[in-house]
Amino acid sequence: MRALISWAMPHLIVVPILLPLITAGCMLALGEGRRPLKSAMSTISGLLNLGVVLVLAWWVLENGPVVYLPGNWPAPFGIVLVADQLSVLMVLLSVVIGICALFYSSARWEKAGVHFHPLGQLQVMGLSGAFLTGDLFNLFVFFEILLAASYGLLLHGSGRPRVSAAVHYVAINIAASSLFLVGATTLYGVTGTLTMAHLAQRVLEVPEADRWLLHTGSGVLAVAFLTKAGAWPLNFWLVPAYRSATAPVAAFFALLTKVGVYAILRLSTLLYAGQSETYGRTSLLAFGTITAAFGALGMLGSKRLASITAFSIAVSSGTLLAALSFRSEAVTGGAIFYLVSSTIGISALFLLTDVVERWRNSGSTDPDEAPFLSARFLEVENVNLDDDEERLVGRPIPASIAFLALAFMTFALIIAGLPPLSSFLAKSLMLSEAMALPAVSGALQGQVWLFVAVLLGTGLMSLITLSRAGIRNFWSSVHRDPPMLRLAEGLPVAVLLLVSIALTVAAGPVTRYAQQIARELHDPASYAEAVLSAATVPPPAKKRSDVEVEEVVP
Amino acid sequence: MELVLSLGIGIMAGSGVWLLLRPRTFQVVIGLSMLSYAVNLFIFSIGSLAIDKVPVIVDGVPLDLENYSDPLPQALVLTAIVIGFAMTALFLVVLLASRGLTGTDHVDGVG
Repeated sequence: MRALISWAMPHLIVVPILLPLITAGCMLALGEGRRPLKSAMSTISGLLNLGVVLVLAWWVLENGPVVYLPGNWPAPFGIVLVADQLSVLMVLLSVVIGICALFYSSARWEKAGVHFHPLGQLQVMGLSGAFLTGDLFNLFVFFEILLAASYGLLLHGSGRPRVSAAVHYVAINIAASSLFLVGATTLYGVTGTLTMAHLAQRVLEVPEADRWLLHTGSGVLAVAFLTKAGAWPLNFWLVPAYRSATAPVAAFFALLTKVGVYAILRLSTLLYAGQSETYGRTSLLAFGTITAAFGALGMLGSKRLASITAFSIAVSSGTLLAALSFRSEAVTGGAIFYLVSSTIGISALFLLTDVVERWRNSGSTDPDEAPFLSARFLEVENVNLDDDEERLVGRPIPASIAFLALAFMTFALIIAGLPPLSSFLAKSLMLSEAMALPAVSGALQGQVWLFVAVLLGTGLMSLITLSRAGIRNFWSSVHRDPPMLRLAEGLPVAVLLLVSIALTVAAGPVTRYAQQIARELHDPASYAEAVLSAATVPPPAKKRSDVEVEEVVP
Repeated sequence: MELVLSLGIGIMAGSGVWLLLRPRTFQVVIGLSMLSYAVNLFIFSIGSLAIDKVPVIVDGVPLDLENYSDPLPQALVLTAIVIGFAMTALFLVVLLASRGLTGTDHVDGVG
C-alpha cells in the first residue's frame, strides 16, 4: 500500500482537480436528463476524491509538502502545484462540503434547472485548484473557474430574486478580478516572478525605493481577496446572493468566502517579511472588526433564517480577518481551527434552513423563488411503494422534528461559539493566544482588547439571534404537520453534524494539527525551499535504435 | 510613449469606474469592458515598454531586457483577454435575463 502510494505520489496531487473535471465532462455528455445517474456519479466521484485527498493529507503530514510540476519546467519558470498542510486541509473541507451539498440536491433542488451536477463538479475543481496552486496567475485562473461555476450555480433555478442578486454578484466579481490582475502584475513588475515560493524570496531583496510599489501591489491584491471574503464595505452583494441561492448552492458559497481568507493567509505570510512585516496589519484588523460587527448587527436585524445564516458568514469572515491581522503563529493556529469549524457549521445551517423554511410554508416553495421547479420535475405519485403501499422515496423520517431541532441547536452553538462545541474551543484558543502575545507597544495591547471585544460581542449577538430563531421555528410550531425530511436531505446534515462533533471530541489532535499548519505557514523560507528545489522528471531514456540513428547523423 | 499609454489607461479606467457606478445595466457592462481594457493595457505595460524588440531569443543577442521585450506579460494579457471576454458575455446573458424578469434595465430591478 505504502509502496503504491509513494509510486503515485507527486501525480496524486492533480486528482482533486482532474477527477471533478472529467466527471463534469462525462455528465455533460449524458445530456440534460438522467438525474439519478448523475447524482450517483457525483457521489461516487466525490467519495473517490475524498479518498485521494485523505491519502494526500496523510502523506503531507508524514513527508512534508508535495510539489508537482505539471509542465516539467523547474519551479520559478513553469506553473507549480503545491500541496502543503493548509492546502490539503482546505481541499479536504471543500470535498466534504461538496459531497454533502450535491447529495442534498438530489432530493429536490437538482430538478429546479439543468446541469446542476456538472456545475457543482466544476465548482469543486475550481476550489481544489485555487487551494493547490503555487502560482499567482494560476490562482487567478482557478478563481475564474470557481467564479464561473458559482455564477451558474447562483442562477440555478432562475427566478427574479436570484437573477437580481446575480447581476450584483457577477458585476462585483468581474470588477474584483480586474483588481486581482492589477495587483498580481504589479507584484510581477516589482519582483519579476509570479511563483509564490519565488515571491517569498524576492520580496526580501526588493530595494527600499521600490517598497511602496510592493505595498501598493499587494494592497490592491488584498482588496480583491477581501471582496471575495465578504469584508465590509465590499460585501453588500453577499447577503442577497446567499439568501436567494438554492440551499445546496448556499452551502457551497459558505466555502467560497473562505477562498479569499485562504489567499490572504497564504500571501500575507509569504509577502510580508523583513521590512514589510507590519504592513497592512492595522487596516486588516479594522476591516475584520467592522465586518464582524456588520454581520452580527445584520443577524440581529434579520427575520428569515436564510438571511441570518448569510450574515453569519460575514461574522465568520470578519473574525478570521481580525485574527489573521496579528500575524502570530499561535493566533493563526486557532484561526485555522475556527475556519474549519465555522465553515462546516454555516454550510450545514444553510441546508437545514431550506428544510425548516419549507416546513414553515407547509411544504410549498414560493413559485417566484423557483419558477422551473414545476410539477413536471417532482416525483410521480404512487410509484416506489412498499408492502404497505406507502411511498418508499420521500417518506418523512420519524422523529424528524427532534433531529431538525437538535441539529439546529448544535449548529447555532457552533456559529455563536458556545461551549462545548468545536467553535468555542477554537475561539478560546484564539483569545488566549492573543492575550498571551507579548505587548511590544500600547497599540498592540489596544488591538488585542478590540479583538477580544469583537469575538465576545459577535458571539453574544449571534446567540441572541439564533435562539430567537430557534424559538420561533421549533417551539412555537405546535399546529404544524411534522416536517417532510427525506433521507437525501437528512443524511448530509447528519454527516456534517457528525464531523462537527468529531472536531469537538478530537479537539486535542485537531488543535495540534492546526498549530502545525500555522507553524508551517510562518516559515515561508522552508516553503520556498521545498518548492524551488523540486526536481524535474528526467527525459525518458532513449531507445537503442534512436541513439544509433543520432550517432550516425553527425 | 509612456505618457500616452498611461494617460490612455487612466482615462479608460476612470471612464470604466464611472460607468460601473451608473444605474443602467448597459452602462455597467460597458464600464466593465472598459475597465478590463484598461487592465489589459496595464498588464502589457508592466513588462517594460519597448519598440521593435522581440520576445523570443535571437542568436548572438545578449539575454537581458535591454534587448528583448518581456514575453510573460504578453502571455498573461492573452489569458486575461480571453477570461474577461467570456465573463462579459456571461454577464450580458444575466443582464438580459434580469431585463426579461423585471421589465426594466435598472441594476436593482426597480425604477
